[in-house]
Amino acid sequence: MSTAPPLELNLVAPQRSVRRHIADIWKYRQLLVQLIRKELHVRYQKSVLGLAWSLANPLFLLGIYTVVFTVLNSAFESFAIWLLCGLLLWNFFATALSTGTQAITGNAYLVGKVNFPREVLPLASVGAAFVHFLLSSGLMVVVLAVIRFHVDWAFVWLVIPAVITCLIMACGFAILLSAVNVYARDTTHLLEMAILAWFWLTPIVYQFNLMTTKLEARGWYGYLHLFNPMTGLIIAIQRGVYGQTSVIMGNNPEPSILLPDLSQLWYLRNIAVVFAFSVVLLVVAIRIFDRAEANFAEVM
Amino acid sequence: MTSIVAEGISKKFRLSQTRSSVKDRLFRRDGGGSHQDFWALHPLDLTINEGETVGILGHNGSGKSTTLKCIAGILKPTTGTVRVRGRVASLLELGAGFHPDLTGRENVFINAAFLGISKKEIASRFDDIVAFAELDSFIDQQVKYYSSGMFVRLGFAVAINVEPDVLLVDEVLSVGDEAFQQKCMDRVEQIQREGRTILFVTHAADMVRRICNRGVVLDHGHLVADTHPAEAIRVFREHLHGSMEDAATADSAVNVDSGIHISAVGFEHPANPEEAHLVSGGPLRMTVEIDCNEPIEHAVLSFQARNQRGDTVFAADSDHIGQPLPRLVGRTRLTFDFDRIPLLDGTYPVSMQLRGGSGATLALRENQDAFEVLYRGRTEGMVLVEPRLTVDRIN
Repeated sequence: MSTAPPLELNLVAPQRSVRRHIADIWKYRQLLVQLIRKELHVRYQKSVLGLAWSLANPLFLLGIYTVVFTVLNSAFESFAIWLLCGLLLWNFFATALSTGTQAITGNAYLVGKVNFPREVLPLASVGAAFVHFLLSSGLMVVVLAVIRFHVDWAFVWLVIPAVITCLIMACGFAILLSAVNVYARDTTHLLEMAILAWFWLTPIVYQFNLMTTKLEARGWYGYLHLFNPMTGLIIAIQRGVYGQTSVIMGNNPEPSILLPDLSQLWYLRNIAVVFAFSVVLLVVAIRIFDRAEANFAEVM
Repeated sequence: MTSIVAEGISKKFRLSQTRSSVKDRLFRRDGGGSHQDFWALHPLDLTINEGETVGILGHNGSGKSTTLKCIAGILKPTTGTVRVRGRVASLLELGAGFHPDLTGRENVFINAAFLGISKKEIASRFDDIVAFAELDSFIDQQVKYYSSGMFVRLGFAVAINVEPDVLLVDEVLSVGDEAFQQKCMDRVEQIQREGRTILFVTHAADMVRRICNRGVVLDHGHLVADTHPAEAIRVFREHLHGSMEDAATADSAVNVDSGIHISAVGFEHPANPEEAHLVSGGPLRMTVEIDCNEPIEHAVLSFQARNQRGDTVFAADSDHIGQPLPRLVGRTRLTFDFDRIPLLDGTYPVSMQLRGGSGATLALRENQDAFEVLYRGRTEGMVLVEPRLTVDRIN
């Protein structure tokens, strides 16, 4: 064996370590890129507007919420920008989870016949959703620049750790749910409902402070909803991009508070907690995936 | 140097009666659906050295495909580990992984990525792949417009042109037209010459004889032989015969029930009835026993022998032989003697049919009997030829 040429050694075993999984995913990173490209390509090659569709959806939602909240008299200055701060990240997260959940079952034709790290499939779904997110965010940046919107430069850098954390969390959930969905196909339906509920539990169309006030009025801990991992990420983006912590809302002359007027450190700490959670989630997801994947080929 | 080391690999499948949902998992005591365990593969060790060409023989359900899939990493073994040195290309199903909406070109790149091959490397082999697959301009068409032949050719072309260190093949060498098959076989032989390892699964014994230097036989998930090809084929035949007898008792209801039965069929060597196998070029005696409660006039017994692929090897009836049957009553034995069976080795299932004078089928006996031929020579094909060679020096 000492004269063995430097060939790679493939190992197939009932259980493999998380480190081994990650090394395998890295080895197959080109496949990941190809699959993301394939996913985008297949989805849009038949549509006339192509990728523009990925921008149409958030714009449409944006229109609806703006109309509804204006009618309800609870819209405020630059309401669309405020909405986009949460909506774009949320759209990425929700799309990544719902497409990621079906990544294994939807590619059954591959799983039973080709050998590759299966996690690549849910990761490709997350990746495709992330490409959409980057495109729509890029568009938003252009709009912000054109209208010369005043972002808060002292806080806007928080967007980067928030987005990265969201990406890791989406990867964790997608890997976990894709494996669960193989064994219980109705995960997809449950997830749809869960995502809808989660959306309304997250301060995207309403303001963080509203929830804090309501919770405190009931004698509960005001920051309880920071246990929702998406909250910490989205308020950081709102704080940095929207820039204001209080606004004049409707006919009320008193300014309403949107976000706590606290330091960058407080916002960063929230992100850090979610980051830690996301890393743990990812490791747990890979471990569960490792156990589950042994029978993928048969179950499907 | 070792190329594949499988240590104690086994595979348990869980046969569940119903697909379980979240509801079942949450609310049912047994966790959703009754199930029973089925061991497709009992722990086995297999070490394959570099440059070997190994054929895994086994009938359906013997665990041969499971073994291959475990080695390929598509299935994870329940216990044990497999270590494979080098790049593994598996041809378990040709064109697996092709996406119908993408073009042939795009699929080649994705397919290569599944094998862990870089874009640069595949780009340098791209022309070879297209040429091998004989696709020309079709390469930029969406794969869904391909004929099945084109699909298969492209799949094979990718797997075989990426210079695998280990090639795993499952029954797929028998697809495509003859010219393409020949091209594939030539390429397989080239891979052999280059000292790469080939492991393939088949139930075509002649393939093992032709290209392998080692044969492994699996039966019901157990390794029953790991030896040179000829011996492996012999063991495989014995086990196959055993399982055919099982099957025969299971579907004896195939007989048309009219009080008339073909009750027994036997094959033997006329001079040596104890011999389990017939020999290529040797004699064969076939005996058929017919039971009938009522007398039958002008009956005709026909028989048909097939090979494993289902092609008729020979068929005849008692009239063709020029020996009309007398009036049959009670139990009758018919003996057919063949002086020479010019067949190469294989198992040949025989079907029998008894017709009345009007041509109506009175009794049928299908898939219950087979004779086996053992061939010790090296010629290939379907029939035994024994050419003599004379060399004359001219000038």
